[in-house]
Amino acid sequence: MKTFKKLAVVLFAMMLLVGCSSKTPASDDTAGDEKAFVIGGSGPTTGDYAQYGLAVQHGAEIAVAEINAAEGKELLALAFEDDKSDPEIAVNAFNALMDKNMQISLLATTSGACSAVAPMVQDEGLFGLTPSGSNPAIPTVGSNIFQMCFTDPNQGKASADYIKAAFPDAVVGVIYQNSTDYSKGVYKTFVDEAAVIGLNIAAEASFGDNAASYADQVDAMKNAGCTVVFLPIYYTEAAGILTQAGDYKPTWFGVDGMDGILSGVENFDTSLAEGVYLLTPFSATATDAKTKNFVETYEKNYGETPNQFAADSYDAVYAIYNAIKDQGLTSDMSVSDITAGLIEWFTSKSFDGITGTSVTWDVSGEVSKAPMAVVIQNGEYVLAE
Amino acid sequence: MILLSSLINGLSLGSIYALIALGYTMVYGIAKMLNFAHGDIIMVGAYVAFFASFSFGLPAIVCIILAIVACVLLGVIIEGLAYKPLRQAPSLSVLITAIGVSYLLQNSSQLLFGSATKIFPSLLGNGSFKFFDGKLSVPYLTILTIVVCVLIIIVLQWFINHTETGRCMRACSEDKGAAQLMGINVNRTISATFAIGSGLAAVAAILLCSMYPSISPTLGSMPGIKAFTAAVFGGIGSIPGAFLGGLLLGLIETFSNVFISAQLSDAIVFTVLIVVLLVKPTGILGKKISEKV
Amino acid sequence: MRYLKSMFSSKNRARTISFLMVIVFYAIIQSAIATRSISSLMKGMMVPLCAYVIAALALNLVVGILGDLSLGQAGFMSVGGYFGATVATLALQHVNNELLVLLIAVLAGALIAAVFGVIIGVPILKLQGDYLAIVTLAFGEIVKTIVSNIYLGFDENGLQFAFVNDTTRLSSTGTMIINGPIGLSGNARISTFTIGIVLVLLTLIIIYNLMYSRQGRAVMAVRDNRIAALSVGVDVSKYKLMAFVVSAALAGAAGAFYCMNYSTVSPAKFDFNTSIMILVYVVLGGLGNMNGTIIATAVLLILPEQLREFKDYRMVIYAIILIAMMIITNNQKCRNVLEKIKDGIAKIFRRKKGAADHE
Repeated sequence: MKTFKKLAVVLFAMMLLVGCSSKTPASDDTAGDEKAFVIGGSGPTTGDYAQYGLAVQHGAEIAVAEINAAEGKELLALAFEDDKSDPEIAVNAFNALMDKNMQISLLATTSGACSAVAPMVQDEGLFGLTPSGSNPAIPTVGSNIFQMCFTDPNQGKASADYIKAAFPDAVVGVIYQNSTDYSKGVYKTFVDEAAVIGLNIAAEASFGDNAASYADQVDAMKNAGCTVVFLPIYYTEAAGILTQAGDYKPTWFGVDGMDGILSGVENFDTSLAEGVYLLTPFSATATDAKTKNFVETYEKNYGETPNQFAADSYDAVYAIYNAIKDQGLTSDMSVSDITAGLIEWFTSKSFDGITGTSVTWDVSGEVSKAPMAVVIQNGEYVLAE
Repeated sequence: MILLSSLINGLSLGSIYALIALGYTMVYGIAKMLNFAHGDIIMVGAYVAFFASFSFGLPAIVCIILAIVACVLLGVIIEGLAYKPLRQAPSLSVLITAIGVSYLLQNSSQLLFGSATKIFPSLLGNGSFKFFDGKLSVPYLTILTIVVCVLIIIVLQWFINHTETGRCMRACSEDKGAAQLMGINVNRTISATFAIGSGLAAVAAILLCSMYPSISPTLGSMPGIKAFTAAVFGGIGSIPGAFLGGLLLGLIETFSNVFISAQLSDAIVFTVLIVVLLVKPTGILGKKISEKV
Repeated sequence: MRYLKSMFSSKNRARTISFLMVIVFYAIIQSAIATRSISSLMKGMMVPLCAYVIAALALNLVVGILGDLSLGQAGFMSVGGYFGATVATLALQHVNNELLVLLIAVLAGALIAAVFGVIIGVPILKLQGDYLAIVTLAFGEIVKTIVSNIYLGFDENGLQFAFVNDTTRLSSTGTMIINGPIGLSGNARISTFTIGIVLVLLTLIIIYNLMYSRQGRAVMAVRDNRIAALSVGVDVSKYKLMAFVVSAALAGAAGAFYCMNYSTVSPAKFDFNTSIMILVYVVLGGLGNMNGTIIATAVLLILPEQLREFKDYRMVIYAIILIAMMIITNNQKCRNVLEKIKDGIAKIFRRKKGAADHE
């Protein structure tokens, strides 16, 4: 008898487990009769990479708030989940978003998580536009998957070309992070393009996850006598490298991940970043009205200067908004109709945002926009020659 | 020259591991528990020093003292709240509790301080000694780290062998029951051990973060694992063992970084550890455990 | 009827409950899926749940039955997962049957992990206590580092392999299978819940057979009092090694099954934290208690996801629950309080039952 009692307890516990997690009906009560489009995205909002996920979330939040204010009704609703930049959690986050009746997906923030989620978005027939997953393999997952940011090859190639033209006599070195898709991708195409155009690379060094010391990598550059060091890495690691480099001061050259180095790392001595070059689609000090407005709102709401992650995310939501307007989509349409409409717009129209003008997408989902070279002078980003 | 500079860098990294390993080893010797939250105490120490300097602009020495005081308090509080109720529990339960504490510290600091990397202020000064016409430059910090570590080990040895509390600690690590019968307050002794271990962790935090200035809420976990390895390496429970283990680990890591491959250095460190344990199953200076029926 | 009785005899009770529990759980989930009353989140977690249950059961064999602390379970999952996924990706070029490929992958993962189990097991089973723990920890870290440095891809000219520095240059039609620290990329997602449940049941059969065999009892005697057991001539080193290898193989199978559920898995997934997480499942479920392991894994895996509403606080809550559970179940004072509450509830129930009987 006791056995059965135990068994019953166990079964009851299981029922509870299933029961409490069963689907809750979506209650998107909006002001008007029309329901809002549910746009879902995920990113690391806790854990080691939280600053990137939060930037994407905040950028999208501002765009959604602005659009809803302009429309005078709740046209878009943003659902954002934490994925800790881990594929397993990212899949869970995607499923949690599906439970919230997601209709349009912003995929995930980091490339790894994005690669895990993209096939699921494709399977569900959703439209997916990643603000920051820059791995070129992501849009190839399916015809529904699009990118808002530069792809890595694009950046690596452009950087090699720029360095060759701007620093013809330089001894060039590279430090990259071998544990991120992003850094490896840019590094690979940089090296490939360098071989093509005859740019000699004197030293290469890499580091992995959770590196605390960059002394060995910096020493490798120093010993090779590098005068230009290409850093296809994110700004937090770059700040560490610049701090540990001490009196060794080559010209540091970064790509869009470097954007944020002036304000994203607390207590970083920004004088060390003087003269740093970076190729980026977005500059927070740009003077056009759109960027100014975005930067002001962001600083007011979140107390920090937006970086390119936030800007790409802001643009992604606006691109989707433009598509919805132009194609006359409504939220009560079926997911497949919405997806078809969005794909049609994205492959045929162009978009003007804060990360580029006349931005277009090709059929594969890859974005085409021009990077600009920026140099840090007196603590500000200034357009380079 | 590379050999010499690697040797010095290895010794200074090893000194830091040794300081952290002391905390592991002392707690293990007396409470017979693996305190997996020890690495996260380092992290807390680093953040306290960071905010003391960055937000309040306090002078370096005050920051360091504040970090040490905070870590000592934290260590004692954790011991009292989480480990003390488990004195009679199986060691695995204590281990899991320690892991819970580690999660708690990491995630709370993520909430409180944010997960973005911060740059640790240079509390201990920059600059370096130059040898051989400037061919070899050794940062002051590196020398300071080694000196501090050696001093601490000497003081600690003296403390353990020649003070009342030290005698209590040795008695407790020998036989807790008998010590209690002899009128030693076991609980207080264990608290004292945690206090010392956590204080050392704070010192290690300052030195570690001065050397590698990027700090984040997970900064303690890898040095924690490495120092734990160092403690086992030298023979867990033995103070000279922790020192030796820490230094060896630092040297092996630095040399494999420089001469073999930075990406493989963790694998090399742990392979050496396995080999050492197979040859000497209780670590280099570990005592032979005799079993009682 | 007699058969039924034997199923619930004291000897077989735990075993029967395990099987019933798993099967009933499967039935509940499947019917929930059929009636669409389950959330996508829960549905999506079923495959990783099965994988973690297998890994945790296997760990319980080592920690609970052998009495040896292992901190390297994720290392075996990693070895099995990466090898299994590689085999699967290559097999999918020639075989069209996903189910068959999945089984091949799981089998391959189990085999390779078993090989590593022997390599690690022979020397380290001579070590004791915390020293054994640290060697398994070191093993996990070594595997993580090595796998992070493997580059393996194939194109029409065959396989290309590189170590430490990525020197593979695939043609445009080539596929990278293992891409260094980024890990598996472009995996086929072919794991299913049903296969997962079958694997869990198989795991249970293997483990219970080991536990209740003659040697199994001998090993438990050694665990409970080594010197006493040795003094009466019980020598179990061979059986201990076998159990360790079986545990490694099961973990490898779990790893392969896990990897085949995601299009990308990085080597860092199988790190020290994952080993610890699985150990937590085992300890909270109860050492040597397979049912407890299954329940603890299910609850602890799903709990943080169900706490999504609390967003930032969920991991803090999780940590506090972990500490509280350990203290409550192990502290004598807390236990006494718990007993009193239990008695109180039992009394109320008895009174109610009594009242009902009187009517």
